[in-house]
Amino acid sequence: MLQLSGNNEPNAHATLVDLRRGDAAILDGIDLPGDEARRLMELGFLPGARVTAGFAAPGGDPRVFQVDGSEIALRRETARRLRTRPDKGVRPEARKRSR
Amino acid sequence: MSDCGSCHGCGTASLAEPPGPANARSLAAKSIALVGPPNSGKSTLFNRLTGLRQKVANFPGVTVEQHTGIAELPDGRTVRVIDLPGIYSLSPRSEDEQVAYDVLTGKREDTAKPEAILLVLDSTNLGRHLMLAAPVLALGIPTLIVLNMADDLRSRGGHVDADELAAQLGAPVALVSARQGEGIGQVFDFMAGALAKPSPMELPVLQDVPKCREWAGRMGREARYRAPAPPEWTHRLDSVFLHPVAGPLVFAAVVLAVFQTIFTAAVPLMNGVRWLFDVSGAWITATLPPSVFRSLLTEGVWSGVGSVVVFLPQVLLLFLFIGILEDSGYLARAALIADRTMAKVGLQGKSFIPLLSAYACAVPAILATRTIENKRDRTATILIAPFMTCSARLPVYTLIIAAFLPERRLLGVLSTRAAALLGLYLLGFLAAVATAKALKSSVLKSGRSQFLMEMPSYRWPTFQSLGLRLYDRSKIFLRRAGTVILLVTVVLWVAEHVPTKGGRAPAIEHSIAGRIGHAIEPVIHPLGFNWKIGIGLITSLAARETIIGTLGEIYGMDPETQKGGLQAAIRRDLTPGGAVALLIFFAFAMQCVSTIAVVRRETGGWKWPALQFGYMSVLAYSGAFLAAHLIR
Repeated sequence: MLQLSGNNEPNAHATLVDLRRGDAAILDGIDLPGDEARRLMELGFLPGARVTAGFAAPGGDPRVFQVDGSEIALRRETARRLRTRPDKGVRPEARKRSR
Repeated sequence: MSDCGSCHGCGTASLAEPPGPANARSLAAKSIALVGPPNSGKSTLFNRLTGLRQKVANFPGVTVEQHTGIAELPDGRTVRVIDLPGIYSLSPRSEDEQVAYDVLTGKREDTAKPEAILLVLDSTNLGRHLMLAAPVLALGIPTLIVLNMADDLRSRGGHVDADELAAQLGAPVALVSARQGEGIGQVFDFMAGALAKPSPMELPVLQDVPKCREWAGRMGREARYRAPAPPEWTHRLDSVFLHPVAGPLVFAAVVLAVFQTIFTAAVPLMNGVRWLFDVSGAWITATLPPSVFRSLLTEGVWSGVGSVVVFLPQVLLLFLFIGILEDSGYLARAALIADRTMAKVGLQGKSFIPLLSAYACAVPAILATRTIENKRDRTATILIAPFMTCSARLPVYTLIIAAFLPERRLLGVLSTRAAALLGLYLLGFLAAVATAKALKSSVLKSGRSQFLMEMPSYRWPTFQSLGLRLYDRSKIFLRRAGTVILLVTVVLWVAEHVPTKGGRAPAIEHSIAGRIGHAIEPVIHPLGFNWKIGIGLITSLAARETIIGTLGEIYGMDPETQKGGLQAAIRRDLTPGGAVALLIFFAFAMQCVSTIAVVRRETGGWKWPALQFGYMSVLAYSGAFLAAHLIR
């Protein structure tokens, strides 16, 4: 079971961009127009989902994120629109569907 | 629950059936649709079910590919199978989703509403993939839920109770591995058996994505779904392929290896094909009595079509590589690595795959742009694809370089000719990059587009899928050689042989072809080309490589140049400046009717192909003009 590294400062504007490889956070919201947000949600980026940062292209952009059992690559400017809060341990709801 | 009591036509009792009164019809399906998210292995199942009995077309009016095939049931009946585009939901937003939605709801006049659905989901990622089950089951069409990649699920320690899931969803569920062929019998049983409308226990509000995800999670839990361990090998490979230093090196090595193979390994194969045409051509000459017909057959058809079919091995090798890269999952990583570089000229990583394919042929490359969701990025990629050096240019380059450049070693490894060839590849690439930049900062300007790309797990490519790909490509390539190029060579042959003088063919200068060549000479003279090259240029408008067959025919008929072969003849007729001009002309000009046709179809009108043709012609003419005047 992946435990969080906890190096994510509680920040009012923390986003996926702030995650380094191996870091995880809970998705809070998506600041993107309806269609784009919906597409992201269909790929698993739902509020409350646990997102882990993975490998990236050289230069760190785009980066692969592990979410809901898939690996999805996002560009920096998209990742910046996905607000996060720190992952405070594995919640009961998340445990049931976690791997 | 797994006994098949309520089901009449079912052969084996392995299909997980929902309980309760089945609202069954006794007839087997006549047409069935494959639905599923991207990367669910839908196409693999489609290939399994239909094999060679499939064809690809376009849904009329939209740029969505329509894959249809015929599946033969064990009892000999046949079922029409439609492979719909990969979709994440049924709420029609993209063109793909719209087509899938319209087909499934019977709104498309060209496609009959399917009587049943095979919903293909990745069993290793069931939580998310089950979300698509909600809108599909809500359609009320008899549906088999195919939980694909069952072998992966098992080997990585995952589990799902298919019977329980069937009970929850009110539809039969089959655990299948389309790659291994495991469980395919159940799919056939479903298609042959009684069809019942699905009767799920509950369905979520379809428009609400979080609610759908919750529902999917609940269904999975009821079916005691245990997600498999993360794919360890994929992570291990990614730690190399996406390593900050090793990643780009592997990427460069892969691209170089592809080119190296195409230019070296293909040569013996191509010589083999050429030998076959030479031998069979000589056999025809020896067998048939001398006549106009024999002359047409050997000088026109055989040499014309042969000069093109020779390139089949090279084209197939390139497609084999692209197929391996795509099926293994590496191509998605390559797109990821290329994204930032592509972004510099206003494109994105997904443009990389089509542009790489364009080194084989612009036509499949333009079809491959369909994965780019952003319309403007897609149009820009379509417009620059013909600049990439396609395999049809290669023979022209090879011929002219060999005629003018002596083979010498450069820096020990590279030969002069290989360097010249590489330079021409670079020239096309630079033209593409510059054009992309110009387009994306003017007519096709758009904000940096969203780049969303799912990274599939690495898998071994299967022989079946690669074989079907190559079979498909050979068919298209040979059809082109058998139609466009055949027509051009026959028309040209006739134009060279009329008007007859006293029952004999005229001197080439006085034939129709010769007169046309002379007529356009004033236009091409500034480029350093004479009327013979002019005829070649005209025929090459149909397809670039035909110029070789054309020049071969023209010089072959001309008694002055008959001896010494084509290379010597060209050396006599072109100055070095003219040779460079000809190379540059071929690098830039859009001499390919197939490409023009496919651009028209994909962009939905004549505007873009006309613009593209005009732009590329101007660039070709001015580039050739400069070369002819600067190089003496």
